[in-house]
Amino acid sequence: MGYDKRHDGRGFEEPRKIEVKVGVIKRADGSASFKIGDTWAIASVYGPRELYPKFLQDPSKGILRCHYNMMPFSSKYERVRPGGSRRSKEISYVTAKSLLPALDLSEFPNSVVDVFIELPQSDAGSRCAGISAAAMALADAGLVMKDMVSSISVGKVDDKLVVDLDYKEEAYEDGDVADIPVAYLPNLDKVTLLQMDGRVMPKELMDVLEMAKKACKNVYEIQKKALKDKYAGN
Amino acid sequence: MRGIKMTNELRKHIIKLMKSGIRLDGRKADELRKPIKVECGVVNTADGSARVILGETEVIAGVKLEVGTPYPDKPGEGSIIVGAELLPMSSPDFESGPPSIQGIELARVVDRGIRECKAIDFKKLCITEGEKVWIIVIDVCVINDAGNLFDVAALAALSALKDTRYPKFDGEKIEHMEHTDEPLPLTENPLAVTVLKIGDELYVDPSSEEEKVVDARLTVASIEDGNLCALQKGGDEPLSADDIDKMIKLGMAKTEELRKLL
Repeated sequence: MGYDKRHDGRGFEEPRKIEVKVGVIKRADGSASFKIGDTWAIASVYGPRELYPKFLQDPSKGILRCHYNMMPFSSKYERVRPGGSRRSKEISYVTAKSLLPALDLSEFPNSVVDVFIELPQSDAGSRCAGISAAAMALADAGLVMKDMVSSISVGKVDDKLVVDLDYKEEAYEDGDVADIPVAYLPNLDKVTLLQMDGRVMPKELMDVLEMAKKACKNVYEIQKKALKDKYAGN
Repeated sequence: MRGIKMTNELRKHIIKLMKSGIRLDGRKADELRKPIKVECGVVNTADGSARVILGETEVIAGVKLEVGTPYPDKPGEGSIIVGAELLPMSSPDFESGPPSIQGIELARVVDRGIRECKAIDFKKLCITEGEKVWIIVIDVCVINDAGNLFDVAALAALSALKDTRYPKFDGEKIEHMEHTDEPLPLTENPLAVTVLKIGDELYVDPSSEEEKVVDARLTVASIEDGNLCALQKGGDEPLSADDIDKMIKLGMAKTEELRKLL
């Protein structure tokens, strides 16, 4: 037995089809769309801009705020009620933590950079798609960046380590499943997001982390090309 | 203070330009922006969806069907709920948090346009009288706000309704990812065109700049047979009956252009 073949025919290290575009929201200072399979994230960046209420301001540097939100019709199941949930708050929080190491906001005291991530459609891996979109949007906004942030989820389905689980795989019932979203700085070789739920052995985690790094480097090439396309195209 | 002065200067400039017959972006007063695009089925997690682009304004509307209990006064009828999200992603002027009054007004105007002309045969949404009915939930999400959200939202909402197919329902549970071929019982095609008054001139399809300096606006929703189905006046200045007559005529004439996109 075991998970011999992925249900959609992909190789175990093969992500779903990725489609990206930079500059999708004209009113924003920077924006990008990141589609991976049926998961679709759009991110826009506003700022650096003045931060209110004033007591939130940091006189030594700018701050980064992230807002992750699922559109009401983005779930495969019931409508998602508008307004923040505990889940979206936590994802917003870890998203900010995963992007911040790539930024240098020391030049922008008392300011804020706002990142808004919206999911029109989701099929697992939405926080990773959001982070990959947001990182491109930050670059599109012209912010100084120390590295790109590339993100993908890896995990374990039954006896196999896999890249980019979709919802069906996350819901696999005939064996253990582990879902491990990872964000990665591809040039600095550092991990900025690591979460895990499910069951996995420490050795397997280290192996799957190597798979994540490889997959993130692939995402990075796609992000880089999309950014170049926008500016070369114009 | 600086903001107010800027707005006053912008208003003067817009009025002055119109004396020579053009708008800030080079359009005529009664000209819609280009491109105008309606794309259905853009979100596969929704039971129906549409993306509408008008100039640089872009919205996505999605429909989710739910099964619920009918209102006690209408035990044999289903219902609709319309939500509008002025996503902070779409404009520097929108903030995250509970719906603003602008978002609520937008949702309610779209809702009335569909509900009050009975664009949906609500009786056909009944599953078991007094117990189970279909509830149609339409959510309009603004992706980029470059003005004229009323008209774009109404067009997106109607297009998403037209794209909707019932999901499978076994009497207990909805299978949202499995659809039947059955469309919703739509009977009318309500669409809206908002007419702006700035100074003495009337404009359609306002840009964000024009909306900033508006004196009065009138959203005119109508159906194919020539009946009006919803109106909403906005802006701080009053309108004369003559203004209203002109605005309705202009709005309805332009609605015919939008209707071709359905």
